[in-house]
Amino acid sequence: MEENEKEKTDLFESIWKFLASVKLAIAVLIILALSSIIGTIVEQKAEPARNIALLAKFFGDTAAPTVYNIFAKLGFMDMYGSWWFTTFLAVFSINLIVCSIDRLPKTWRVVKSPQKPLSDSAIKSMPLRKELTFKTALSEARDAFIKALGSLRYTAQEAPEQDTVRLYTQKGKYARLAVYVVHLSIILIFIGAIIGTRFGFRGYLNLPEGRASTVAFKSPTEPIELGFTVKCNWYNTLYYEGGDTPREFQSELVILDSNGKEVMKKVIEVNDPLTYQGITFFQSSYGMMSEAQGYFVLDITPSGGSEKRVWLRYGDSFDIPGTAIRGKIHDFSPALTRDRKTGRLTTYSDKMVNPAVAIEFSQQGKDPYIGWILNRYPETGFLPGGHKVSFADYWGVEYTGLQVSKDPGVWLIYLASIIMAVGLYVCFFISHRKIWINISSDRKSVRVSMGGSTNRNRINFERELDRIASEATKAIEGRSKK
Amino acid sequence: MNSSVFFDISAGAYIAAMIIYIIYLVVRNRNVGIAASGITIFGFVSQTTALIIRWVNSYHFWVSSNPDSGFVESILRGAPLRNLYESLIFFVWSLILFHLFVEFKYKNRSIGAFVTPLAALALLFIDVSGSTKEIQPLIPALQSNWLLFHVLLSFLGYAAFGVSFGAAAAYIVMVTESRKELPYIFWSITIGIFLVVLVAMGIDFLSISTAQRAEFIQNHFLKTTLRNPSPAVAGVSWIAAVILIFLFWKFGLGLRKVLSGMNMTPAILDEITYKSIAVGFPLFTIGGLIMGAIWANSAWGKYWTWDPKETWSLITWFVYALYLHARFVSGWRGKRVAILSVVGFVAVIFTYLGVNLVLSGLHAYGSG
Repeated sequence: MEENEKEKTDLFESIWKFLASVKLAIAVLIILALSSIIGTIVEQKAEPARNIALLAKFFGDTAAPTVYNIFAKLGFMDMYGSWWFTTFLAVFSINLIVCSIDRLPKTWRVVKSPQKPLSDSAIKSMPLRKELTFKTALSEARDAFIKALGSLRYTAQEAPEQDTVRLYTQKGKYARLAVYVVHLSIILIFIGAIIGTRFGFRGYLNLPEGRASTVAFKSPTEPIELGFTVKCNWYNTLYYEGGDTPREFQSELVILDSNGKEVMKKVIEVNDPLTYQGITFFQSSYGMMSEAQGYFVLDITPSGGSEKRVWLRYGDSFDIPGTAIRGKIHDFSPALTRDRKTGRLTTYSDKMVNPAVAIEFSQQGKDPYIGWILNRYPETGFLPGGHKVSFADYWGVEYTGLQVSKDPGVWLIYLASIIMAVGLYVCFFISHRKIWINISSDRKSVRVSMGGSTNRNRINFERELDRIASEATKAIEGRSKK
Repeated sequence: MNSSVFFDISAGAYIAAMIIYIIYLVVRNRNVGIAASGITIFGFVSQTTALIIRWVNSYHFWVSSNPDSGFVESILRGAPLRNLYESLIFFVWSLILFHLFVEFKYKNRSIGAFVTPLAALALLFIDVSGSTKEIQPLIPALQSNWLLFHVLLSFLGYAAFGVSFGAAAAYIVMVTESRKELPYIFWSITIGIFLVVLVAMGIDFLSISTAQRAEFIQNHFLKTTLRNPSPAVAGVSWIAAVILIFLFWKFGLGLRKVLSGMNMTPAILDEITYKSIAVGFPLFTIGGLIMGAIWANSAWGKYWTWDPKETWSLITWFVYALYLHARFVSGWRGKRVAILSVVGFVAVIFTYLGVNLVLSGLHAYGSG
């Protein structure tokens, strides 16, 4: 019985040791790094044909489908979600936790154990040491060194003895714990990611101008209830002047509660989403609806009069108030340009890159004429006689592509990021430094032996010791001259 | 005022500095070393001037199309980090900044012979990759306050890794006893490939006319030699490349004598390698991974999507995490950890350029 239990604890101990070992950490890091490469070459969650075409380049057309099937079985097509990759991530986090638990008590003891004064011979065996002698009194040397230590923010402790003063001090002992803080932050990131996948979702929603929806979609067949209604008032692309480089993609979204009451309204842009009840809407894409009939939104300003907005269908007519001029929507182009060779007007894209409306203007007793008015070039709407017609929008034909996501774990990711940043800073730039200074009087002179140890940044520490020695020397010699 | 004159001056200065640093390694004349440092500093001052001018210009460019934008916002949006050209320029600037820092801190110039070729490589790459030098409008995806900080910290991290790579490369050759040692073979192949790419890009550069170079998005990268449309030329180039790497392996050990003739010891090189990684790792983690994730979350609604750029930066992170653990906790010393440093920088280059050139992903805007 006893024998059995001992075996059990032995087994437990060896498993524990294995899980805490750096060898395991190194192995897992290598495996994660190497296997991650696969998923960057094979396109993830893509249509099979795309990856078969890719594999054909390496294995030939005949072998490619077979290789594809093998790869698919191994989970390479959705690698980062595959059981084996997840297992490695789990081993990685178990390793992190176990090794931290295994090592933390030892480090904690080092941090908590009080620093003790050392004998001269112990100081002589330190990696960094200095020997100095001064012609001065013991107490003066002691004061000078305490002051020099203080100027570098070391608080000296003291063990006075007969003819000897032992000073000892340390700084940054808690920096030894920083590495555990970094490990903790990685675990927190994993927890945040698990919360996000377990309780959150990521979907999309294509919302035409003027329409509303109560759901988003994880996939075309998987709607998710939002719990409220989101409506798109309009979508718009802004362009940089003189070219077709997009400057901004914008949608005006409205949130309606269950009673149909408007509770929120915002113009979203890339990098500036809308969040309501934990669900965030991101501007992600846009497009035209092929069959849709929209409204031509025109702003009409007669000479000397005030602006009036009209909404018109294809073929509709309008009057310029106070005049006999009549306009009729004659044609539309989503992207109008003048062909460089022929000089004729043509449409160069099916997207609304440069929308233009052709209006037939007529007035009794005059020949009717057709003029193109461009949305991006308001000067095209100046009519003879000082009137102005501007083409504000062709509304109701575009949709906004929204990324919809809910991630209740994201605050933990942010918190963990801050913890990691602080942890890394302390870990690499703050070191645990210990200094011992023994000062003993030797007839008319004073003998000082300094020693120090640090867990990193030895060169900087060496400089610090030099500074303490030189400042104390200056103080002692300065006083003796007086 | 146009910044390109100052950029050209700095590019010329860095390439001259590279040659002089290498001469310095061979002749070991103090004055030659001072000349190399002097020219590097001159190039750095010139490049800093150019960066400031370009920033001012692109600030005005932003304001002209976004008159409502506030002062601080316009400065952030004007940061010259919007395309591959500007990012490479900034990478070179960070690299030289970090190199000068190390040179003055360690009072040792020889490392310049290993770091300046990286700068030259990046500068040649700008010309042969045909990335546009125009100030381009900032696309909506990049209109974020994170752009400046994310890129700034990542690149300072990359520069630190670059210096650690230079030191580790020098370290490996110094401690090699025989050509048959695996670390040395690995070393000669890796550095040999860098050298082949440097030479091939040099040939690209010389064979492309200025008119062609000005063409928009015309990629000439290795087109003259290794990627030549003619199979004969490409074949000969590949054979030449292999021969070059072989020669490098054969005579590379000569560097050992050169280096030990300087006041360069393996211990100092090891220290520089570690120190650079100790600076680069936190910068890269905070600036590259953390800020990148936060930005991705605010732009795409997900902080991590395993897209190739993200994954490769994580791979890079794994390699350097491995270096730190192997060295500190497992007590690996010497060639084994030096190789990790070299591997880490290869991963950095792949993260930065390989992903855009070879793989596709959400970050594809960087290839323009």
